Amino acid sequence: MSNRTQAKPKVHTFKTLARLLGYLFHYYKWRMISVFVCIAITAVAGISSTFFMGQVLEQVINPLVGNPAQGIAPVPWEQVSDNLFLIIAGMAAMYVLALTASAYYNQTMAIVTQGFLKHVRNDMFDHMQDLPIRFFDTHTHGDIMSVYTNDTDALRQLISMSIPQVFYSIIAAGALLVYMFLYSLWLLLVVIAGVLLMAFVAKFVGSRSARQFVRQQAVTGKAEGFIEEMIGGQKVIKVFCHEEEAKKGFDKINEELCDASDRANTYGNILMPAVMNIGHFVFVITAIVAGILVNLKVHNLAITGWSAGIISTTVIAMFLNMSRQFSLNIGQVSMQINSVVMGLAGAERIFMLLDEKPEEDNGYVKLVNARIDENGNITETQERTGKWAWRHPHQADGTVTYTELKGDIRLFNVDFGYVPEKIVLHDVSIYAKPGQKIAFVGSTGAGKTTITNLLNRFYDIADGKIRYDGININKIKKDDLRRSMGIVLQDTNLFTGTIMENIRYGRLDATDEECIAAAKLANAHDFITRLPEGYNTVLRHEASNLSQGQRQLLSIARAAVADPPVMILDEATSSIDTRTEVLVQKGMDALMKGRTVFVIAHRLSTIQNSDAIMVLDHGRIIERGNHEQLIAQKGVYYQLYTGAFELE
Amino acid sequence: MIRTLAKSIREYKRSSILSPVFVSLEVVMECLMPLVIMQFIEVIQREESSISMGTIGYYGGILIGMALLSLAFGMLSGRFAARASAGFAKNLRKDMYYAIQDYSFSNIDKFSTSSLVTRLTTDVTNVQMAFMMIIRVAIRCPLMLIFSLAMAFTVNVTISFVFVALIPVLAGVLVFVILKTHPIFDRVFKKYDNMNRSVRENIKGIRVVKAFVREEHEEQKFGRASEDVCRDFTLGERIMAVNHPAMQFCIWLSFLLIFLLGALLTRNNLSDPVQEADITVLIMYASQILSAIMQLSMVLVMIIIARTSGERIVAVLSEKSNILSPDNAVKEVRDGDIVFDNVNFKYSPTAERFALSGVNLHIRSGETIGILGGTGASKSTLVNLIPRLYDATEGAVYVGGVNVKDYDIESLRNKVAMVLQKNVLFSGTIKENLRWGKKDATDEEIERVCRLACADDFIQAFPDKYDTYIEQGGTNVSGGQKQRLCIARALLKDPKVLILDDSTSAVDTKTDALIRRSFRDEIPSVTKIIIAQRVSSVQDADRIIVMDGGRIDAIGTHEELLAGNEIYKEVYYSQNRASETDVPAKKEEGGEDNE
Repeated sequence: MSNRTQAKPKVHTFKTLARLLGYLFHYYKWRMISVFVCIAITAVAGISSTFFMGQVLEQVINPLVGNPAQGIAPVPWEQVSDNLFLIIAGMAAMYVLALTASAYYNQTMAIVTQGFLKHVRNDMFDHMQDLPIRFFDTHTHGDIMSVYTNDTDALRQLISMSIPQVFYSIIAAGALLVYMFLYSLWLLLVVIAGVLLMAFVAKFVGSRSARQFVRQQAVTGKAEGFIEEMIGGQKVIKVFCHEEEAKKGFDKINEELCDASDRANTYGNILMPAVMNIGHFVFVITAIVAGILVNLKVHNLAITGWSAGIISTTVIAMFLNMSRQFSLNIGQVSMQINSVVMGLAGAERIFMLLDEKPEEDNGYVKLVNARIDENGNITETQERTGKWAWRHPHQADGTVTYTELKGDIRLFNVDFGYVPEKIVLHDVSIYAKPGQKIAFVGSTGAGKTTITNLLNRFYDIADGKIRYDGININKIKKDDLRRSMGIVLQDTNLFTGTIMENIRYGRLDATDEECIAAAKLANAHDFITRLPEGYNTVLRHEASNLSQGQRQLLSIARAAVADPPVMILDEATSSIDTRTEVLVQKGMDALMKGRTVFVIAHRLSTIQNSDAIMVLDHGRIIERGNHEQLIAQKGVYYQLYTGAFELE
Repeated sequence: MIRTLAKSIREYKRSSILSPVFVSLEVVMECLMPLVIMQFIEVIQREESSISMGTIGYYGGILIGMALLSLAFGMLSGRFAARASAGFAKNLRKDMYYAIQDYSFSNIDKFSTSSLVTRLTTDVTNVQMAFMMIIRVAIRCPLMLIFSLAMAFTVNVTISFVFVALIPVLAGVLVFVILKTHPIFDRVFKKYDNMNRSVRENIKGIRVVKAFVREEHEEQKFGRASEDVCRDFTLGERIMAVNHPAMQFCIWLSFLLIFLLGALLTRNNLSDPVQEADITVLIMYASQILSAIMQLSMVLVMIIIARTSGERIVAVLSEKSNILSPDNAVKEVRDGDIVFDNVNFKYSPTAERFALSGVNLHIRSGETIGILGGTGASKSTLVNLIPRLYDATEGAVYVGGVNVKDYDIESLRNKVAMVLQKNVLFSGTIKENLRWGKKDATDEEIERVCRLACADDFIQAFPDKYDTYIEQGGTNVSGGQKQRLCIARALLKDPKVLILDDSTSAVDTKTDALIRRSFRDEIPSVTKIIIAQRVSSVQDADRIIVMDGGRIDAIGTHEELLAGNEIYKEVYYSQNRASETDVPAKKEEGGEDNE
């Protein structure tokens, strides 16, 4: 949150706007052009009403009435009626055209806005899928989420409201200037002076308003953080009868939020009356100056040169109307300041996400289903055979060789750091032979999970080598590498959907029977069938209707249905009671027979039967061996086992 | 709903009233100004160049004065509207938050945490914006409409009927649009939530997505949700997009009619012609009237959106806690003697199955009780009834010989200290966190309980010792350290009953044993109830309760249970596999048959 509010969008305003328009035109070039044309037509037609008003007054009503003071006699109706109907017909024709244009652009903008937002969302999401895990580890989920929610919303405001409105107002204001220029230069000068004043006030109030809104956002974030924490711990508050203190803390931050919101909205609320009333001033001053001009008998100056005599009241009336419209349009633009600033800031964050560098993959070795005959010859097949092979094309001579996937994974002197300055794994060497169960033990931060992150290339090693069945894992296509490894994490991350769908996530073409078999293997079948809807029970709110242990069982079933040659279990059974764990373990052992398994577990009972146990400390392997060997060694593992040491 | 919400205006009533008052004054000014201008133009027209500077100054002075007043009124109303709405929002949040503080556990369960947070933040903001709109625009627009119409009538009655005819046309279109779009937008917001959820799940589960190589699957899933939102949103916005042309149609039609009628009226009655000043003013009123209707419709849409939020807020405010202290409540807890008398319990009245059934139990003061059982055996449910976090559905629970329902809740919970399974430390120093147990605890008291909970050692190892700052969620201490801090916090209450709900799971067995020994030696009179997964954590308890499927399966000492209880044996051997290798295998099969 704090990062977001500190972002200074102003620096790149125009670059972002240009890019945004380019992006918009990329998808909707012709529609946008036609929209702009139609807006221009509508805007010009709208302000032309005043011109027609002048025509009606000058050519119809004034002659009808005449001017006794100046000795101008009224003309009969017949002389002006044709003019009147001509003008009315002209107006009507113009309005029909303008209405058509308006209907068209309003409809089109609705389609374009939503269509464009869909494209933006899909582009963002698709791009996000290609980003490395590092991106997700270095950005908070809330920040990424708000690009999809707040920033996209701000963009919607900008595109559907602000862009057409601002364009409309600019065209209208421009056309008004031309009209005004046609009628009287003097009065135009008054209006321009007024506009400058308005722009100044809008900028003054607007920039303060923007600053206060930023502050309001920051305080809101703070308040949300507080509420999130306290409501999250509400049960603890109850147990400790801590309600009164909780109220006190809340009151303080609530007061602060109220103050920030008060200030921000005050500026926001003042902006419109300020600009509109300056409009009124301009209106009034125009009227006064017009009066003075008439009084001093100043010759009217217009584009047509010295027009005949002094300014006419018709011109004054028209001018007053135009100056009013002019300030209305300026007012409309100023009202869009907040939404433009916020929309562009949102667009900038969207572009930042789209500019993130995707995960690189230079691998060319692929995983294929294989049939292996008794002589060890490997042939590639389409259907699942339970055997896999690496398809290894050789560029030099264009041949293809196949290597059976055995699950032989070796790390040679691997160094790694999440940031180059801070190496967290030092000189790690591990040899996992096919079918072995390798366990990692160590305290939080010792590097257990980091090693598994390197195996499936969520992160790339800094130094050393990793060989998979003798192949450098950098040569293996990432997707195929990951397909060959099942992974079960402590955070289960189930998705909204039925239990069946969640299990099937492991292999999309698995049949119901296969999913149920996997659930049985994970010992999840029992509790699933006891749920009212069984396998069709819909998981919602991150599966909060299940206990953490049940969720872990499901995520094990999900990995089991994938039936991968290699499996990584990262605290996969931490929340399952020991009695159930034994049953799960038995199922897993059956599943993984002959396949390589990497296990990270807190409970030593989980890993006792491993072929090799690696004890990690500060990124180094300090002890290795099987349970009996390590116990005999009487080192760290022995101390852990006997409870002399704490594992966290 | 409105009455409940309005209660939260309180001290901002003055601002809430002043804002519309100033808005009204502003409207009056805005409507009078064209009228004065009209007169001014008429004067200019009448007197032409003979117009005196004095006349100009007179009208100019009035007009500038009016513009200044209008500016002042506008700014004041904006100021008061901002204050009133910000204050209203503050009070709403406060009332909700205070109401939540009175919630019982089952009230909290009813609303999920995330929904409570949304209600306190987004929903309040929606209502705040709607409130501000109501006291500013919703007053302004009808007033503007009425005033402008009245003014128009003073200028020219016949032409004003144009407005009377057009207002219902525009209003009709707007109402139609609102009625048509409301259900669509209701639907859109649900789909929008759907789409956002799919993003959230994707971000959270990105490791799973990538590990299973499901990027394309996720893209398709998201693409469908996104398309769904786009389709409905487009439909809604297209209907909304009728507003603008409809408004333009009405304005332009009114212009045409004003001109036409103006000319015709002048023809028919040359003695009282429609002056050009009249036409100018009528055109101004035309746009004021129609844009007022337009703004009104926008406010209406905002109110409709805020209505849902308002309902969600009211749901929080009107939720009544079902666990309250009785009158003449008992404030003293005699001792840690606990009795469950024929207790049945279910979480909601509509639940089919009892979470606890037929529980009869007597725990003597000072006893140490272990509770063991699989996931879903209702171990936590059982102990939650003791400090009356939930009320037994049937039967009764007694602490110190008194029914828990007869106690003052605070007194009861101060003496029955509970360390929850899902425990939380709050951002603040260690000392601040511990003082939750006792506000005025001295440093010595704090250190004493920390030694009891075996937390003193690691706290002393921190550079800032007891002043070490704990991050939100306690992320900068390890799981075991967090648990020990939570135990120390509970001990600081000086309770008569101490309940540990799986609170030492991340603590190593040796420290776990040390904690239990210090309990035995230092606080022998306190009744200790320990829920655990590890047999070693309960093995040396006076009695162990084995729970299964919401019932007490057996009660006894370690030796008794090991001899006679299947479940206990199974758990024991699964954790002590080395001692008897073939037993667990046999028991596993037995377990499967049972289920």
